[in-house]
Amino acid sequence: MKRLQIMRALSAFGVGLLFGLGLIVSGMADPAKVLGFLDLSGAWDPSLALVMAGAIAVALPAFTALRGRHRALLGDPIHLPGTRHVTPRLVFGSLVFGVGWGLAGLCPGPALVLAGAGLAPALLFVAAMVVGMLLYPRLDRLFQ
Amino acid sequence: MSIDWQVFSPGPALAGGLMIGAAAAWFVWVNGRIAGISGMLGGLLERQPDAWLRLAFLAGLLAAPWVYGLVTGSTLAPTFGASMLRLVIAGVLVGVGTRFASGCTSGHGVCGLARRSPRSLAATLAFMGAGFATVYLFNHLLQAMP
Repeated sequence: MKRLQIMRALSAFGVGLLFGLGLIVSGMADPAKVLGFLDLSGAWDPSLALVMAGAIAVALPAFTALRGRHRALLGDPIHLPGTRHVTPRLVFGSLVFGVGWGLAGLCPGPALVLAGAGLAPALLFVAAMVVGMLLYPRLDRLFQ
Repeated sequence: MSIDWQVFSPGPALAGGLMIGAAAAWFVWVNGRIAGISGMLGGLLERQPDAWLRLAFLAGLLAAPWVYGLVTGSTLAPTFGASMLRLVIAGVLVGVGTRFASGCTSGHGVCGLARRSPRSLAATLAFMGAGFATVYLFNHLLQAMP
C-alpha cells in the first residue's frame, strides 16, 4: 500500500519534470517568445502553434486509446471531466485568463518553471497568481 | 501580418510539444489524471485530500530548470518585458481566470483538445482570442502605457 503511494508520487514528479522540460525545450518558458506568438499584427512567431500541435499529436491517440478503461496503470480510477457544456463562467474565466496571459506572456506552467529557477519576476507573478486562485471562491459567490 | 523567420523555431517547438504531449499521456495512463497545471495548483490551495500527488507534480515542474541545466549545461535566459505592476495584475487575472475556467493552456489547450472536449475548444478559443486582443491593445494602441 505504502509502496504504491510512493510509486504514484514518483510518477507525478516524473510527469511534472517531463512537462517542465518540454516547456523549456519548446521555448514557451520565455515570455518574449509567447508574446511573439500573441502579437499577430507585428512580426509573428508561429512557434507556439507547433508546440500545441506536437503535444496534441501525442495526447490525442493516448486519450483515444483510454476509452473503455476505468483504472489507470497504478490502480487509481481515471478522473476525466464529465461536463461538456460551454457555460458563461467557462468563457468568462478563459477571457480573464487570456488578458493576463497577454499582459505578461506567462501562463501557469511556464510561470512555475521560471519560479523554480528562482527568477524574481516569475516568483512575483506566481505569488499574484496564488492570490488570484485564493480569491476565486469569494468571487465565485458573486457570480451566482 | 508577417512571419518572423528569424525567431520561428519549428524544431524545438515540435520537440518540446511532443514532450508535453507525452507527459499528458503518461499522467492519464499511469495516474488517471489530467495534466492541468492550474488545476493541480488550485486543488492544492483548496486542500484537496490528494495533496501529496499534487505536490510531487508541482515539484517536478519546479525542478525542470535545474535538471535542464544539469543535462545541457546552459541556464534559462528568459526575457520578462512586463513591469512589476503589470506582472502582479497579470498574475491575479491568470489565477482568477483559470479557476473560473477550470483550466489553462495545459488542461484545456492540450489535454482538453486531445479529448475533443467542446468545453476545452471554447475555452482555448476564448483565452487565445483574449491574448491576441490584449497584445494588440498594449503593443499597438496603447504604446505609451507603463
